[in-house]
Amino acid sequence: MTSLTLIRRIRARPQIVFDAVTTAEGIAQWWGPDAGPVLVAEADPRVGGRYRVRFRMLDSTEHETSGEFLEIVRPERVVMSWRWKGGVEDPGESRVEITLKAVTEGTELTFVHSQLHDENTRRSHEQGWTGSLDKLESHFASGNPREDIDSR
Amino acid sequence: MALADPTRRAILAHLERSDSASISELAEPFTIRLPAVMKHLGVLANAGLVTRSKSGRTVTVRLRAQPMREAVEWLQRYERFWSGSLDRLAAYAESKEAEARRKGR
Repeated sequence: MTSLTLIRRIRARPQIVFDAVTTAEGIAQWWGPDAGPVLVAEADPRVGGRYRVRFRMLDSTEHETSGEFLEIVRPERVVMSWRWKGGVEDPGESRVEITLKAVTEGTELTFVHSQLHDENTRRSHEQGWTGSLDKLESHFASGNPREDIDSR
Repeated sequence: MALADPTRRAILAHLERSDSASISELAEPFTIRLPAVMKHLGVLANAGLVTRSKSGRTVTVRLRAQPMREAVEWLQRYERFWSGSLDRLAAYAESKEAEARRKGR
């Protein structure tokens, strides 16, 4: 299973980070890959509640993501499902896990986005991919993911 | 698990460097016998990570690039998305923290 892990240290207490991650007001401030605006942000942060975010990128394309809150433990952890509307960007459903840990300067945020396969692809990929991700992630950690891949 | 074994990871790393290799080339760096290498290759082939093709007496092993490439593309797409998002999330949370402190909370 492919997954992306990112870790950030934020100079704010976990409660503040948690609310920024889970409330519509917070999400509207940061969601999206570039400085383009969030157009719609809705969030019902409780287990089974849903969120929906529509944003415009600087290239003026619009994208919408939505999903369900699967786990909510304020101010430590939130897990949500993830799906693109229309699915052009990525047709499958995936899963986002955010864990917050109090540290001296504020909060250490660990972010994990995991790809979920349907049953068929999962069976054929699982054995290989669970472990090989360590390697793929180290490509990213080294800051040059293309190098080894393109040289094959 | 296909990638749990260091020999299998070393075989994949070799194939990443050299595109394709014969079984004896793959076995060379290891202190294990050919049949053991064949067994490792069987596990990797079952996991869809390598292909084997036979020409005369030589078996050529190749990395299956497609699943690897798809996984890398998936990661790059979300890495871009979330790096930007988390930068702004951090900036926003830090401004809220500063605001809360000004208000003495």
